[in-house]
Amino acid sequence: MQVQDLEKIFQDKIDAEIKIEPKDWMPEAYRKTNTRQISQHAHSEVVGMLPEGNWISRAPTLKRKAILIAKVQDEAGHGLYLYSAAETLGSSRDEMIADLLSGKAKYSSIFNYPTLTWADMGAIGWLVDGAAILNQVMLCRTSYGPYARAMVRICKEESFHQRQGFESLLVLSKGTAEQKAMCQDAINRWWWPSLMMFGPKDSESTNSDQSMKWKIKRKTNDELRQQFVDMTAMQVKVLGMTLPDPELKWNEERKHYDFGEINWEEFWNVVKGNGPCNKQRLAARNKAHDDGAWVREAAMAYKAKKEKKRDAA
Amino acid sequence: MNCTIKKFYYGDIPEDNSGSSNQSASNVSANGWPLWEVFIRSKQGLDHKHVGSLHAADATMAIENARDVYTRRQEGVSIWVVESKHITASNPDEAGELYEPAVDKIYRHPTFYQLPDEVGHM
Ligand SMILES: [Fe+2]
Ligand SMILES: [Fe+2]
Repeated sequence: MQVQDLEKIFQDKIDAEIKIEPKDWMPEAYRKTNTRQISQHAHSEVVGMLPEGNWISRAPTLKRKAILIAKVQDEAGHGLYLYSAAETLGSSRDEMIADLLSGKAKYSSIFNYPTLTWADMGAIGWLVDGAAILNQVMLCRTSYGPYARAMVRICKEESFHQRQGFESLLVLSKGTAEQKAMCQDAINRWWWPSLMMFGPKDSESTNSDQSMKWKIKRKTNDELRQQFVDMTAMQVKVLGMTLPDPELKWNEERKHYDFGEINWEEFWNVVKGNGPCNKQRLAARNKAHDDGAWVREAAMAYKAKKEKKRDAA
Repeated sequence: MNCTIKKFYYGDIPEDNSGSSNQSASNVSANGWPLWEVFIRSKQGLDHKHVGSLHAADATMAIENARDVYTRRQEGVSIWVVESKHITASNPDEAGELYEPAVDKIYRHPTFYQLPDEVGHM
């Protein structure tokens, strides 16, 4: 069969909403795009544990500590689901991890911002996980089967992340003047980076069309961003707090909130590695990987020993 | 700003050479931990169902890891693991020939038989 025929069969399947599975023929670019996207997503889950891990030992109560540990553990699980999905496309786990550790592969820029106060745990759950959820809900219907299935699993777990974050802020918002100020400060710092999570404006996204045609994604960056703004603009009222954007205003005609311009220079700077914590995050990942080397080796040695014993018996 | 932008999820990172796309797939990672497929019975009376995969040194570890990753919210009462290399899969390219014999045997379905209404539910 000619490549054009295979491509036609492939696109027909996508158009008919039939999922693509690992052993099916797929265009090389589809494989590449998915591999890159899924592995970056996996890296984001893994690096995403660091800003929150920073507060586990300093959580204000045992209850909050248990919740935070559970959330961080979930993110590790998400990383694993996604690495597994990416592996079905032919990349090895080791390659992917090596790319993360060397700085060649990217992860979500949001995790290059520092977590300065306890209120950041709430703001991350509400805003960062909230933004991620919108993306991930869309991806539950992505065309590559293993990715879609991983997303379904992840989405089931994410709503706990967002709810615990919001609830934690809700408690602060009803607290002392100091706690209220801490809550507002965290929202102020996390708001714009959260909006950046949706990526460049559609008008600057050159590769979006192909991803839409292949149904890797089904909504544009701007659509998702608008959805997020509309949602959070309502929710922030429940907290009695404000979002740090003087231009945020309901637009009766559009039936959406208008909002101010993102600082794109900051966006590109963080993407290019000059965010507040880029170096720290990579260093932490590398250290964890190196420090864990003996565990990986020991597990194999133990396996060999057990096999030897069994064979001897 | 003059960048070529690619849209990627969760960070939407505009870099052509990020991530690996190399296809030298191997089921064994450099530290030697092979890949395992995980099957979980969600409750007594139901079949084990494939839920995903993971790397582990041996079967015991694979089960423990599967417990940690796939049953954190009581999603299972029983776990099977099998090393991925032991699974033989049918080839999707041959799906046509493979399943063709079933295509024209509509008489295998109950709806093929027209019975009078008086028979009732059958
Ligand atoms: Fe996650
Ligand atoms: Fe999360």
